[in-house]
Amino acid sequence: MAIAVRNLTKLYGSEKAVDAITFDVKTGEILGFLGPNGAGKTTTMKIITCYMPPTSGMVEVEGLDIAEHSFEVRKKIGYLPEMNPLYLDMNVVEYLEYSARLHGLKDALLRSRLKEMMDVCGIADVRHKDIGELSKGFRQRVGLAQAMIHDPEVLILDEPTSGLDPNQIVEIRNLIRQLGRAKTVVLSTHILSEVQATCDRVIIINEGTIVADGTLEQLQQDFRGSERISLELKANTTNAMTVIYPKFKDIRHVESVEYGGQEGEVHKFSILAEKGFDVREEIFRRAVSEGWVLMEMSRKATSLEEVFHKLTTAETIITKQ
Amino acid sequence: MKFSTKEIPKVLGTLSNVGTIFKKELRSYFNSAVAYVVIVVFLAIVGWMYTSSMFLINVASLRMMFELIPLVFLFVVPAITMRLLAEEKKAGTIELLTTKPLHDWEIVAGKFLAAWALIGIALIPTLIYYVTVVFLGDIDNGPVIGGYLGLLFMAGVYVAIGLLASSFTENQIVAFIVGLLLMFVFFMMDKVLIFVPDFMTSIVEYLGIDFHFSNIARGVIDSRDVVYFGSVLGFTLYLSVVSLEKRKW
Repeated sequence: MAIAVRNLTKLYGSEKAVDAITFDVKTGEILGFLGPNGAGKTTTMKIITCYMPPTSGMVEVEGLDIAEHSFEVRKKIGYLPEMNPLYLDMNVVEYLEYSARLHGLKDALLRSRLKEMMDVCGIADVRHKDIGELSKGFRQRVGLAQAMIHDPEVLILDEPTSGLDPNQIVEIRNLIRQLGRAKTVVLSTHILSEVQATCDRVIIINEGTIVADGTLEQLQQDFRGSERISLELKANTTNAMTVIYPKFKDIRHVESVEYGGQEGEVHKFSILAEKGFDVREEIFRRAVSEGWVLMEMSRKATSLEEVFHKLTTAETIITKQ
Repeated sequence: MKFSTKEIPKVLGTLSNVGTIFKKELRSYFNSAVAYVVIVVFLAIVGWMYTSSMFLINVASLRMMFELIPLVFLFVVPAITMRLLAEEKKAGTIELLTTKPLHDWEIVAGKFLAAWALIGIALIPTLIYYVTVVFLGDIDNGPVIGGYLGLLFMAGVYVAIGLLASSFTENQIVAFIVGLLLMFVFFMMDKVLIFVPDFMTSIVEYLGIDFHFSNIARGVIDSRDVVYFGSVLGFTLYLSVVSLEKRKW
């Protein structure tokens, strides 16, 4: 286990930023830490990286307790804080060398790591430029290179793509994926597609508590509601409710049918099927046997956005009541 | 006495961490205009005020200069130290620094030494005035050596105070003003003795920085003065470390 978090709680004054969360990160995994702003992601990361201690609870990194072995833990972690703070008056090489030296690297090892990280992160061409002159995308690369310079086992990245343009986001994600092959990575984000694009597993956190934990497929499965099928069909009748409605209502595994009105001869329906069943085939057969023409049929599965939305808003309402 | 060889890498590691931070801070003074401005300002103010009065008293001594520089320190030192920690806090880089395998006191020591060294460097050009005085007349070297030593001690204490002020806030202006005020308190202590109740005068006088500076600047290096500078310096740096650890409370 690369990281083990047990009953972690952090209070700011009387406000609970993180409330007794427990989770594990397996070695080699890319874990997405997903939640709305202010959910407790950054606080959790600051605790894991030994920036500040928890109010209560325990964290182990590579089997070492962060309270007792803070020094060893910090050697094993590469950290990219929120907003990617950098010394804007230093140039890229100076800055990376500074970070490397503070991690105890020197001489030949230092030089080879510098070269390697600049190549991997694609910043070799700008190495003599002041960081203040670089674009956000390059700064982010410098931040990642800094986090990786001492070849840490664990990478903690706090919102690594925030503030970047779409092209830069794709580049940084690829870089994280590439770097993450040999590392354990925890990255936080409030953007769902980020998790879909980069992570093996996701933990959704809201108001300081974990509301979901699993792979994307699992989450989608677990939180998928019934499927909704919207239907448009052409039938020569003015009384859809008595003629068409019962035919569909009859179908096995159909929970409910809603009539959405008509435009000329085209009638609109919305059909809700039971969880895990596909009723589209039967709908088609019935329509054909009655001589109705299907103009449109589409199915809407619960998207991850909906899952996320449901978890981070419905939950809020429940806990607030 | 037994000495464990296991301690050697630890000590070397610490030295190299302090050295790395020291070099980075000193370089950033010279990369920005700060260092040059400080040196020029120092040389200009001291030179003008000093030479304009020297020919009036007609004595070959640097006493006037050594009386003047502590005043200049009051404004120059907080300007140098204000950014040391406040800037890191503002930019968020403090988070990077404190999550490296470093002790907080190594950060404080590295930054302190860099700012102190800059003052030392800025003092070097003032040797020009010494050279001119040597040409003009006979000079007693004792007070000159004592004076420079006193200035270095004083600068050390002021830099430590400025660093402490910088650790309180992420606003550099606030750090400057707080630093200046704290230094001013130490500077004024031995000058307000008439307002102090009798039984406290000796304590207040002992706390005043100028009192100890003028002792050393006379050319007499007394252990009491050295102890004073050492303990104020050490205590202030210790407070900076505590203040930096405040994030953990």
